[in-house]
This record gives sequence, structure tokens and C-alpha cells, in this order.
Amino acid sequence: MSYMDKTTGIPEQGITPPIPDTGEMPDREWRKDDKTLTNAELTLEEQDWFCDARPTPAKPAWGPVEKFYNWARANSLWILAFGTGCGAIELRPLVTARYDISRLGMQPRPTPRQASVFMIGGYVSIKTLKRIVRSYEQMQGPKFVVAVCSCAINGGMYWDSYNTVKRIDQYIPVDVYVTGCMPRPEAVMAGFSKLKELILAGKAEGQNLYAEKFDWYKANQKQVIKDWNMPDYNW
Amino acid sequence: MKELYDTISLQFTLKDFHQQKPNLAFATAEKQQLIALLTYMRDVHRYTHLVFVTAVDWLEENRFQITYMLHNYDIKADFGIRVMLDRDKPVMESIHHLWEQGRVYQRELHEMFGIDFPGSPGVNEPMILEGWQGPPVMRRDFDTAKYSLETYDHRPRDTREPESHMKEKLYPED
Ligand code: SF4
Repeated sequence: MSYMDKTTGIPEQGITPPIPDTGEMPDREWRKDDKTLTNAELTLEEQDWFCDARPTPAKPAWGPVEKFYNWARANSLWILAFGTGCGAIELRPLVTARYDISRLGMQPRPTPRQASVFMIGGYVSIKTLKRIVRSYEQMQGPKFVVAVCSCAINGGMYWDSYNTVKRIDQYIPVDVYVTGCMPRPEAVMAGFSKLKELILAGKAEGQNLYAEKFDWYKANQKQVIKDWNMPDYNW
Repeated sequence: MKELYDTISLQFTLKDFHQQKPNLAFATAEKQQLIALLTYMRDVHRYTHLVFVTAVDWLEENRFQITYMLHNYDIKADFGIRVMLDRDKPVMESIHHLWEQGRVYQRELHEMFGIDFPGSPGVNEPMILEGWQGPPVMRRDFDTAKYSLETYDHRPRDTREPESHMKEKLYPED
């Protein structure tokens, strides 16, 4: 596209053409390369409120340093517990005196911004899935997901329900599943120990997986969330 | 509660009286008379509390039944009033002017059974199913297992008969 000088009609060279002023709202099509997100389901005003950058996989640090980081990560797991279903009740004995997970360096946090482990407690309905996706994306990396309960694994006793998703790993990456209906606090603690092992071994890479297979996850999410009215990536 | 039924029957067309407990009875009313009947029950017979509004899908008879349960605090008695709707045209009058909370029940019935209550505030808004596009879910001809299998991705599983599986695992030589 060449940019005409309005008075002379001669194309000017060396100037980056601005978006032509047609008096309408600028056309958002120019955003649509594979680096940016369009947030197309939001209104034009709302599109400006949210970032349009895609998540990028984090590069690991130099070997021993990364090992040290992993050791530190494994020993300060801060939990964001999302009580989506009945299994969430097991978190109360877990954090209180009897099982007391703070001796393992874990503690519950009230906001996604401060947490590193996302604990999903039970069945996930479509309405909840929207909140799960947003909370997960708002968490700062490195972040891990522990899904508690049979319902999170294969639908459990809600396998034939019209409104619950059957596999959470289709929508966000899950590091550890804990089976049971509902699992005892010991089982949940075993799950957290397993997560620690995975982190120490450098295998809990769900966040990077999410960034790499972002389009696949988004397609899955949008397939079941019919009234998508959220930003494409929210952080 | 039979006396109450007989008293109301002088003014309204009622049928199918059923006394379930000493202080709980049901009767079926005409759809056109329902609002008048509820107002009469509330203002004259002091059944002032609307306990719930719920629906039953009589698929075989092609009808919806809506039950309005009323409670009288003075004599601690419940009276349930049923009305029958045509299942092909499920429209009912709204009772939100009699009991404010009626609109919540009506919104729920609209979402779950597809029964319409014209004039009820916010009746078309989704209540718990955000963005639902399928048929009303509590109708009995909605096959939820089939919908679930078609819509969601299920984790593949292999099922084993416990007895033979454990036998094979523990005593393979037998
Ligand atoms: S697995 Fe059992 S306890 Fe857990 S959410 Fe499902 S039904 Fe509830």
C-alpha cells in the first residue's frame, strides 16, 4: 500500500503508512497474524482492556541453576484451591491441625496471582470451566495443576451428565491426578509428594505445554464453552 | 383438610383430592383459575407462604404438571395445588406479583423444562446453564447420556471382570 500525499497525489516514500482515517473504528483484521490474539468475542472496547500476546514457553536456566530453582519450587508450593465439587471438602482437614500441610511448605492462597499449584476439587461443569481457565491463565508461572477426585479424571459418577466435562486435561494441562470419590487427605498428600518428585525431576512442565499447544487447548475450550465471552488469554 | 377442600370447591373447580398426611394435602386445579385460587388461598385462608414451585414431566400423557406448595403458619399445614399444562404449548401465568420469589422458580422452570411464564422478570436469562444451546435438560425425552457421549471427550477405559482378572494376575499357572 502506498501512502498518497493529499495535496499533490504523489506517493511518499519512506513513511510507514498509518491506518487510513476513514472515520470508522479501525479494522481489527490487521491484528490477525499468528503472534497476536484477536479477542474477537469481546466488544471492541473490551478488546483494548486485555493483552493480545500469546503465552510463550519458558526456557529452562543453565542445568545446576535450574535444578536449584526446581528444588526451591518443590518446597514452596502455594495452593490455589478451587472447590469445584464435593472433593474440595478434603482441603479443610489438609490445612488444619491434623494433617497440617504447612509442615511440607504448602499453604493455601486466596488469589491466583500468589499461587503456584492449582488444585481442582471435583467435577467441573461448563460454567466452572470458564472460571478455571481464567484462574489458571492468571496464575504466575511456574504453575502446576493437581486435580483431585474421580470426576476430574473421567467424569466419575457424572460421566453421563450433560453439563460436566469428562477430562480436564483436554482444557488445561494437569500434572497429577488423585483418584478417589473422594480421596482421603492422605491420598491428596501423596499426590502432592508425587508433584514434588515431578518438579524435582523437571517433569512438571504443564505451563510450557499449555503455551506450546495453546491453539489445541483453546479449540477444546471453545468447543464446550458455547458462550465464550472472555479474552483469549488472560493474565 | 377435607373441609378446606370442600370450602374451596364451592368457588373453584378442583379435583383429585389427596390427603397425604394430617397436615399435607394436594388438589388439582384448573389452569385458568390458578391465579384467582392462589390469591384466595393466600388472602382468605392464610396460606401466606409459597414453599416451592416445581414441575413434573408426564411424557406419556403429554402433559406438564406444575405444583404450587403453600404453607399456613397458623395451623402449620401445607396445601399443594397442581395444574396440568399441554406439553406442546407449555405456557403458564406468572405468580411473581403474589410472591416475589416466584420469579426465581419460574426462571428455573423455564430453563429446566422450557415452560414459559410471560411477564415474569428475567425469565429468559440463564440461571445455572450459561450458554446452553441444547433442549431443556429436565424434559424426560432429553437423553443426557447420549448428549454427553456426543459432546464431550471421554477418557478411554478398559474394564475387566474382577474375578478373572485377579485370578490371571495372582495365579497365572492355573
Ligand atoms: S469423585 Fe466423588 S467426591 Fe469427588 S467430585 Fe466426584 S462425586 Fe464428588
